[in-house]
Amino acid sequence: MSNNRKVPQPNTSSTADIAFLLLIFFLITTTMATDTGLSLRLPPPVDSDVEQKVEERNTLVVLVSQDNKLMCEKKEIELWELKDIAKEFIENPNNDINLPKKVLVNIDFFGEVEVTKPHVISLQNDRGTNYSKFIEVQNELIAAYNELRNELSIKTFGKTNAELDEDRQKAVIDYYPLKISEAEPKEY
Amino acid sequence: MSKFKKSQKNESGELNASSMSDIIFMLLFFFMTVTSMKEVDFKVKFDLPQATELTKLEKKSLVTYIYIGPPTVRNRARMGSETRIQLNDKYAEIADIQDYIAQEKGSMKEEDQPYMTVSLKIDRDTKMGIVNDVKQALRKAYALKISYAANKRQNEQLR
Repeated sequence: MSNNRKVPQPNTSSTADIAFLLLIFFLITTTMATDTGLSLRLPPPVDSDVEQKVEERNTLVVLVSQDNKLMCEKKEIELWELKDIAKEFIENPNNDINLPKKVLVNIDFFGEVEVTKPHVISLQNDRGTNYSKFIEVQNELIAAYNELRNELSIKTFGKTNAELDEDRQKAVIDYYPLKISEAEPKEY
Repeated sequence: MSKFKKSQKNESGELNASSMSDIIFMLLFFFMTVTSMKEVDFKVKFDLPQATELTKLEKKSLVTYIYIGPPTVRNRARMGSETRIQLNDKYAEIADIQDYIAQEKGSMKEEDQPYMTVSLKIDRDTKMGIVNDVKQALRKAYALKISYAANKRQNEQLR
């Protein structure tokens, strides 16, 4: 008698669907927020006695003053002017005697080329400078490098820098190495 | 009626789907637990600056964070509103940075150590003085790869 009676089973086929929905929800929402930022290398610590000598023509002094004004080679400029100034400085297209000296360097894919290897962009700031202003200036300088690299990539390989393979990207970086020096704080 | 009976006879055994939900649930729990993000409790407020030339920080395990900004509203009564540095879960001073970096470096695999990146999450209204001090401390600690954390700027024209 009791064998005949069936306990009604709840229909469980939909639980899989519900679980699937939850699973997909978590998969999508937990894509971790990737950290982005302006990457650069600090120079290793140096003895303060050793003065590093860089020729006048090889340096571009960019100063962000206390009241967030931008000075480039002792002239006050606007932020949007900086990128073009920096690009011309890094590239030195006309072999100007006041712009960085070009030296012969052997780079893969390019062979023997003249690049402005000894150039340095010296980014100086005051203790009172605003951080966001500093980042804006830093951003413009990195943008100058990125644009130059991209132009070079398109000229030689016919592709944007991002599309190149790793070896070629490295060669392009060797051609225009990032040389922004965040100067040692000065004692005034 | 006869038709109906016939079809019941031919019916192949129904697939038992009841275990499927268990499997999916297991997957679900796996992802829920694994992707629990390791975030510290922020004790300083930081609005990141905006920039366009961003690079992504690829490997989380190689990144160490330093937070700089004014204390959050909750801590303001105790700490004041002067810019502070946060390392891990605690407020810290410039002098603590070297130890912190050394400790973080020590907890990394040896082959990874040269690739250690320090991500500086700094409030946009911070003065450069404290940033310079932190940079000098990082140089002394030989943590030379740094990244100024910034968000993507949407309208990128400046002029």
